[in-house]
Amino acid sequence: MMDEAKRDRGLLRIDTDECKGCGLCVEACPPKVIRLSDRLNHSGYRTAIYAGKGCSGCGICFMACPEPGAITVMRLTNRKSDVSTGLEGATQCAGN
Amino acid sequence: MRRQLMKGNEAIVKSAILAGCRAFYGYPITPASEITESAAECMPKTGGVFLQAESEVAAINMLYGAASAGVRAMTASSGPGISLMQEGMSYLAGAQLPCVIADITRGGPGLGNIAAEQGDYHQVVKGGGHGNYRTLVLAPDSVQEMADLTALAFELADRYRNPVVVLADGFIGQMMEPVEFPQKATEPRQPDWAVLGTAETRGNLVTSLHLDLNESESHNLALEAKYRLAEQLETRAEEWQTEGAEIVLVGYGIIGRILKAVTAEARAMGLNVGLLRPITLYPFPTAHLQCLTNTARVFVVVEMSNGQMLEDVRLALNGSIPVEFFSRVGGIVPSTEEILNFVRIQAQRYLPAVVPEEERMVNV
Amino acid sequence: MSSEMVSEYTVVHEKAKSFYESYDRKEELPHQTHFCPGCGHGIVHKMLAQAIDELGIQDKTILVGPIGCSVFTYYYFDVGNVSAAHGRAPAVATAMKRSRPESIVIGYQGDGDLSAIGSAEILHAANRGEHITVIFVNNGIYSMTGGQAAPTTLLGQKSTTTPGGRSAATEGYPLHVSELLATLQAPVYIERVGLGDNKQIAQAKRAIKRAVENQVRGLGFSLVEVLSPCPTIWKMPPVEAQHWVNDVMEKTFPLAVLCDRTKEAVPRPLAAAGPALEDIPHLLGVHEEGLPEGNSAAIKRPAEDLDLRVRVAGFGGQGVLLLGEVLAEAGLDAGLEVSWLPSYGPEIRSGTSNCHVRLAGRPIDSPLVVEPNVLLAMNEPSLRKFYASVHPDGWILYNGETIPEECNRKDVHVLACQFSQVADELGDPRVANMVMLGALLEIAAVLPEASIDAALLRLVKNQRWVQLDERALARGRELYKEAEVSHACRG
Ligand SMILES: Cc1ncc(C[n+]2csc(CCOP(=O)(O)OP(=O)(O)O)c2C)c(N)n1
Ligand code: SF4
Ligand code: SF4
Ligand code: SF4
Ligand SMILES: [Mg+2]
Repeated sequence: MMDEAKRDRGLLRIDTDECKGCGLCVEACPPKVIRLSDRLNHSGYRTAIYAGKGCSGCGICFMACPEPGAITVMRLTNRKSDVSTGLEGATQCAGN
Repeated sequence: MRRQLMKGNEAIVKSAILAGCRAFYGYPITPASEITESAAECMPKTGGVFLQAESEVAAINMLYGAASAGVRAMTASSGPGISLMQEGMSYLAGAQLPCVIADITRGGPGLGNIAAEQGDYHQVVKGGGHGNYRTLVLAPDSVQEMADLTALAFELADRYRNPVVVLADGFIGQMMEPVEFPQKATEPRQPDWAVLGTAETRGNLVTSLHLDLNESESHNLALEAKYRLAEQLETRAEEWQTEGAEIVLVGYGIIGRILKAVTAEARAMGLNVGLLRPITLYPFPTAHLQCLTNTARVFVVVEMSNGQMLEDVRLALNGSIPVEFFSRVGGIVPSTEEILNFVRIQAQRYLPAVVPEEERMVNV
Repeated sequence: MSSEMVSEYTVVHEKAKSFYESYDRKEELPHQTHFCPGCGHGIVHKMLAQAIDELGIQDKTILVGPIGCSVFTYYYFDVGNVSAAHGRAPAVATAMKRSRPESIVIGYQGDGDLSAIGSAEILHAANRGEHITVIFVNNGIYSMTGGQAAPTTLLGQKSTTTPGGRSAATEGYPLHVSELLATLQAPVYIERVGLGDNKQIAQAKRAIKRAVENQVRGLGFSLVEVLSPCPTIWKMPPVEAQHWVNDVMEKTFPLAVLCDRTKEAVPRPLAAAGPALEDIPHLLGVHEEGLPEGNSAAIKRPAEDLDLRVRVAGFGGQGVLLLGEVLAEAGLDAGLEVSWLPSYGPEIRSGTSNCHVRLAGRPIDSPLVVEPNVLLAMNEPSLRKFYASVHPDGWILYNGETIPEECNRKDVHVLACQFSQVADELGDPRVANMVMLGALLEIAAVLPEASIDAALLRLVKNQRWVQLDERALARGRELYKEAEVSHACRG
């Protein structure tokens, strides 16, 4: 597990299959932690990429994005739990 | 069974409600307005929806909405209003939505006049809207048939998931005759394809859009198959003194009534005349007509239009028997007398046997 | 497994539940929308789907889709879907909501769809205060068809049909539909929002939710206009298109709440259930129990070859149609076949009126009376119009002193009399129709009096008039008998 203190409040997951590379999320993100990839995906789009850190979990990019499921935003919450929801998947996808 | 005197236009509405119709959207136009007025009175008290739409365009699209919501729905109009509804009828047929449209015809083209005419035959029977679709068309000739055929129209609309038109004229809409109704109302049904705004119907979709060309062709063919089935099963006509008839008169609606009077008078004159009155204009009673060719020497089509049904009669007979045509247009009703004269002329042309004795001797 | 306090990432923004997981109605690429990159429609779709999720109405929602780039709403929204013809969504939605008031009916329209071809439908749906929600996506252009001008196209804006830019002189000004609709009294909520920047987007989301929520609360007509980028037709990269909404479009279409009556609006109660099925024939007045038994037993002579063909004609207001109706009602009451056919239409307006009545022992062929055996001419023009049509040996009853010379026929019976004057003496000139009917009944000598009484009671609701009519009928009968005896009136 990461050091709690260093963990960002938010975490971004981008579905690069669904993303059309419009860049609206890049424009919308206040801390500018999203950019477009240098390489094209199989549909020919430069898809959005999360910088991997710095997301505040504000969700602004989510609403700016025209694709229903291209973006998923997660937020760090404190709770009593015995399952760790989303974390593993999220870290895996975060660099996509 | 006790009968009551009622206008055709009113009988349509009462029959519709008894048949489970629970939504009426209309726009006033003579000579159909009483239907809308009667619906305004009857629909709310029987738990239905009535709304006077802002146009016939809106009215037919409201029918589209009501039908999508699984409700038996109807509208009524006349020539100019039916023209405006054609787009909607194409969408209804394309989306396979059942509904009933009453067309109480008047004179045309354009504003024409409000007298009874039959010039809507083409736009209703052939489908004035775009695409490969048909509307089923029923043509009552009396107030009783206004009631009976309206009820039938709802049945057929559901059975074929297609708009059905009750095509009457100003006379049949405006006149009063004794009529009787079923004494039990039909339970409004709820088809499983409808979109009701419920969990069970959430997956349902009403659309006429088929982007995939193969899918679109299958859809068109499926519609066509329905129409073929209707042609086999739903054709209706009244045969009146046709047994052994050498001259067969063909006319629908009010003309059918007039032709009964003509038949009686012609028979009194010794002419072997019968009447075929199409009740379904689509599907057209082709087989009925063909059956009569055994004895008929000539068919006489009478219309209050410029030879619109005539085309269907000619198609049905396919050149096997001569077809003659008599019509008055512009809202004039042909009189029994003028039709009778026409029939006599045809008799002289086609039935040498009835030429008076002396003349025949001269010919020999 | 531990259950101590841990920090974890939990999903806060994800694809709405009311979107399909996979867009299987779409032919290809079922994992993404058909919209171009950066299209505002996609954003509006998300806002709407989220509103549906948040309000928990997915099972109740009916989405009426338009024609335009957003024609495929049913690809995406996992709700009840109906697609409307171009511009007609408000009419379709009206009927759906009225027949299914428990459902939530949402219309989705583009600016061409709503403000051009469907301008009448939206105006009237709004004016009636239909309890629907309308999402109006204004991208200032006909996108689906490739960029023709819409009523909302900005002045100077180029389109394929305004290649030199829209000019007020030839195409008029951009149409402010929301402002127009906001002048109406019925709508409860109309707001224009934009997708021009983050702030606008957040507000747009709130507005869309409110517009739907208003319907959930039963408040009435709500519409949200969304200024929405169309990068493809505008020929701008998505981000630039977004800025254009903010920098240019908004100048013509200012963002504002244009009407908000949600506070005053009273939630509409759901309509009461309709009547029981077995009551419907009664409510329609067609149940046998409500109909008279009739007096067929009292008919005065064998009816088989009875064939009374009557033409009644006169001025409007003389009770021409009522006369005919009483006769037909009485005939039916007496067990005869009857028909009544009015003249209708412009001739009524020009002041004349006539009807055809047939009473017969057998089924009636043609209800048109071309050759009447009785003509009731209530004025001179009617006499002139119809006297020649009367069947030989038939009757003309004429409301006038004497038949004008030119209308004289030797082969018919005539009863010419100042029926209106007689009626006036009875108390009201308007009962001349009944005086004439009285004479006709005496001539025809077939209908039992009980049938006439029954017909009058059915058709004349005012008791005073019934009495007056009865006296008039009696007087008419007398007139005929007097004329029979004296032959004074006979032609
Ligand atoms: C009766 C009719 N006329 C024309 C069309 C063609 N048509 C399809 S969409 C459209 C314009 C749509 O523009 P808008 O409503 O602004 O939607 P957008 O594509 O811009 O979202 C037109 C004219 C049609 N489908 N039906
Ligand atoms: S806004 Fe959405 S579609 Fe556009 S680049 Fe970002 S993730 Fe991709
Ligand atoms: S959630 Fe906020 S901070 Fe995180 S990537 Fe999106 S816009 Fe940027
Ligand atoms: S053409 Fe414009 S409105 Fe249509 S999908 Fe593309 S961006 Fe959207
Ligand atoms: Mg547009």
